[in-house]
Amino acid sequence: MGGVQLMTAFIGVRRSAMALVFGLLLLVGLGAGASVSAQESGGEVKGNLVQKDDDGERVGVPGVTFRAFDESGAEVSSTTTAEDGSWSMIVPEGTYDIFLDAETLPDGVSLRNPDKNPASVTLIDGSSKSTLFPLGEAEANSAGGNTVIQLMVDGLKLGLIIAMCAIGLSLIYGTTGLTNFAHGESVTFGAVMAYLLNNAGVFGVRLHLIPATVIVVLICGSAGGLFNRTVWRPMRRRGASLVAALVVSIGFSIFFRYVILFIFSGRAKRLRDYQIQEQWDLGLFRLAPKDLVLMIISVSVLVGVASALQFTRMGKAMRAVSDNRDLAESTGIDVERVISLVWIFGSALAGLGGVLFGLTESINWEMGFRILLLMFAGVTLGGLGTAYGALFGSIIVGLFIQLSTLVIPTDMKNVGALLMLIVILLIRPQGLFGRRERIG
Amino acid sequence: MDWGAIIQNLFRGFIGEPFIYFSLAAMGLNMHYGYTGLLNFGQAVFMAAGAYGLSMAVVTLGLNFWWGLLLGIVVFPLLLALIMGVPTLRLRADYLAIVTIAASEMFRIIARSPSLDRWTGSSDGLTAFANRFYDFNPFDKQKRYFFGLFIGNQMWVVLIGWIVLSTVALIVWMTMRSPWGRVLRAIREDEDAARSLGKNAYWFKMQALMIGGMFGALGGMFRAIGTQSAQPQNFITDVTFFAWVALILGGAARVGGPIAGAAILYGILNFTDVFLRQLVENGYMPEVIMDGTQVGQVRFMMIGLGLILLAIYRPQGIFGTKEEMALDER
Amino acid sequence: MNAEPSTAQELFDGVPYEPGAAKNDPILVADNVRRAFGGLVAVDVEHLEVQRGAITALIGPNGAGKTTFFNLLTNFDEPDTGDRLFEGNDLSGVSAYKVANLGMVRTFQLTKSLSKMTVIDNMRLGGTEQAGESFFRALLPFLWRRQEAEITERADALLERFKLSHMRDEFAGTLSGGQRKLLEMARALMVRPNIVMLDEPMAGVNPALKQSLLDHVKGLRDEGMTVLFVEHDMDMVQEISDWVVVMAEGRIIAEGPPESISSNQAVVDAYLGSHHDSALDLEAD
Repeated sequence: MGGVQLMTAFIGVRRSAMALVFGLLLLVGLGAGASVSAQESGGEVKGNLVQKDDDGERVGVPGVTFRAFDESGAEVSSTTTAEDGSWSMIVPEGTYDIFLDAETLPDGVSLRNPDKNPASVTLIDGSSKSTLFPLGEAEANSAGGNTVIQLMVDGLKLGLIIAMCAIGLSLIYGTTGLTNFAHGESVTFGAVMAYLLNNAGVFGVRLHLIPATVIVVLICGSAGGLFNRTVWRPMRRRGASLVAALVVSIGFSIFFRYVILFIFSGRAKRLRDYQIQEQWDLGLFRLAPKDLVLMIISVSVLVGVASALQFTRMGKAMRAVSDNRDLAESTGIDVERVISLVWIFGSALAGLGGVLFGLTESINWEMGFRILLLMFAGVTLGGLGTAYGALFGSIIVGLFIQLSTLVIPTDMKNVGALLMLIVILLIRPQGLFGRRERIG
Repeated sequence: MDWGAIIQNLFRGFIGEPFIYFSLAAMGLNMHYGYTGLLNFGQAVFMAAGAYGLSMAVVTLGLNFWWGLLLGIVVFPLLLALIMGVPTLRLRADYLAIVTIAASEMFRIIARSPSLDRWTGSSDGLTAFANRFYDFNPFDKQKRYFFGLFIGNQMWVVLIGWIVLSTVALIVWMTMRSPWGRVLRAIREDEDAARSLGKNAYWFKMQALMIGGMFGALGGMFRAIGTQSAQPQNFITDVTFFAWVALILGGAARVGGPIAGAAILYGILNFTDVFLRQLVENGYMPEVIMDGTQVGQVRFMMIGLGLILLAIYRPQGIFGTKEEMALDER
Repeated sequence: MNAEPSTAQELFDGVPYEPGAAKNDPILVADNVRRAFGGLVAVDVEHLEVQRGAITALIGPNGAGKTTFFNLLTNFDEPDTGDRLFEGNDLSGVSAYKVANLGMVRTFQLTKSLSKMTVIDNMRLGGTEQAGESFFRALLPFLWRRQEAEITERADALLERFKLSHMRDEFAGTLSGGQRKLLEMARALMVRPNIVMLDEPMAGVNPALKQSLLDHVKGLRDEGMTVLFVEHDMDMVQEISDWVVVMAEGRIIAEGPPESISSNQAVVDAYLGSHHDSALDLEAD
């Protein structure tokens, strides 16, 4: 589960979610280092100095010097990190300042929080304390821009990604009535496929992210179509109830998720391309070029989908089936074909969303499931089954998540969105754009 | 290969601690889904309510064990049922599903958050709250009991577990033969019909959610007592679906369904778990395919696959009949 | 209550044949009831009174808003504006189940027999104020056994009357469409209602059962109950109703005894005109 924590931490680091991420990141393992030898007197202070390599794997930073000073300012002990980044010092009982000698850090590596060096530690006999010295780019502070505007930009970016993923969820619900819990795994699948093509490579060839993304979108679309063809269409034919379908979709969600975990492992990983990018300081906020590109892509895709729904024959057919399946069927629309296309496009968009999310944050086996819940929040806010509602609802959810970090701890920001989901159901269950249902 | 250990684990699965935790949770789900038609996908949170109710009362708040029982079995689950039920029970069935699964995620985030560490113990959870329970243990901690399956402390947990399990089963059996149970079944079949006959469907659904939640909380509390710790990891979203598989496997809307289902499920899970571990440890399993840490992931895959196959091919479970209750109708 | 009139027609003495006419002894009154779905106004009824002790039919072409209006009257749906009074009780904001407990029971267009419960359990469910419907008392059977026996006795009597006794212990799902309609009606009577609201009682009933169903409806009136029913079929309406209310496009366009309706020009127009816009059908059949 380390990956989850890591990812929460990632999403968590406010304002700078993207600022600090790329490159070398953080993390000092707790107690992973040298084994504690039972000391007659004195205590042990230790840690694990770690950075991220290009593949997002954590690797130790060797050869960095740590010094311990007592309260009088005298150096009591010093040590150098081992090959795996671990270090440890045994010192007598007392309070010490633990100082990382920044001079000894390799080039391009710096402390994330230089003001927290040295760190103060109090030890008693026989105790052992871990001390954190996260590495990585310094956290962008509000001096670089206006916090609220920065959060809104981040929120918009997150909201656009959620929206892209949620369109499929909403359309599938609209056309078939199925609340597809396995939709999140389409997102993860997209991200993991991108990782496979971009980092691991296929037959020794590592594809650049752009062609890789195109291939991922195609694969995800086909996978969605295949999924519909082999599982959901037969179930509809058999007249299976929606509850059974719901349970089946949850079964697939769990199954796929753990298959991905089995193959991909629990670690969070990052894509090879576009990891490190200097952020533009735009006065009011900061933005990495890739984030701008990402937002442009999302907006164009969403506008494209909206106009397709509005103006093309197939789009109109999709809306018609969502609105009233029987009526649509009786006017000569091939409902199964519409559903097929909804699955293909919905899954393709989810896959694309996964790649984009992986690009700004990181990729892990559970990412889709986390996003799924945010999608639910967005879709419910907008009104279940309405395509445009899903879009606006998701963007509001994205904004809400980022802005809520002004008030609540960042690691709990998703709680705000989920809480909002409950509150919406309480006051306006049909969502902002939905209609009251008719009974009888 | 240690076949003795494999067989022993198989039997521990049939009647041991996880069987107790999950048959209680599944009996709660049976109240929710089997009898009332509520789609609760957050039973793990109710289980967590029991575990954390007890442990937070004792460790965080410094109350005694008995207050912990009250908090864990009654107060926390009831609050939780209100929070999840009030907004959703008036709406279509899938809204409850979404909210309950969202509640699981909220629990995970909150329980693991370091900022709340002094209340919840964050990722490490809370320990040392069940001493009072083990004080009453009449069994010798060093000895093995019940055909050598359980050591003293385990035997005590399992014994109390069986008693609680039987009591809960009796409660379900009695209420389901009463007019109260009749109203629940009517709501499951058609809520509007029940309403048209003057039944306050909303309130009955709320009661079912509360009572089933309390059963789940009992299961979670046993899990905390049995493992002597309340950890977020033990109550994540996917834990709910172990109870779901147990329920559907045994057959929903039957008193004994969830019990039989949980026994069979844990028999199977324990067997494959130990079997695979032994294969890995003895070097029969090529490392390319699976290593020790991946064995634990296999059981989740089996749960997912189990849900799919049961829902498609055997919705009424092993012992249920299609006429009375099956997943695929409605 | 007024003195018992010798025939149902006399209840309507002096009532004019016009939409929104005041009745001599209204049990149910709707005033300015309006309900829109999105931009579509499904129901917009200025005024309607339902006469106590009579059989009133609510008719109209597809999409006239009958079922929606019916839902509004029984509080299964809330109107956007307007008031409904039942026996002097304002129904605004009252839950549907409470309306049933006040003595107004409805059935549904698509029968809602509870198919995985037995016929007798379906019937028992209708009993009101059951002590055993509390969770804690449910655990103490001696508190509700006697009441349960009384309810069962009454249920058996009703099953006898509706000729369903032989199916008593079968699952309701095994009944035929017509039998389900009968069961639903019998179950409604378990509530001891003052008014029974039937949503298309004849839909999907085979001709052989139709006559007996009609007799049962008349029987309800003869016992002093008020009946309001929605129906498509004009012949059926002619045969049993004492009073007919016609809806079209959400409004009430005519009222009067059945004889007066078939000659009403507005009604004829509404029915003929409706065939051309059946695509606008609101009813979920």
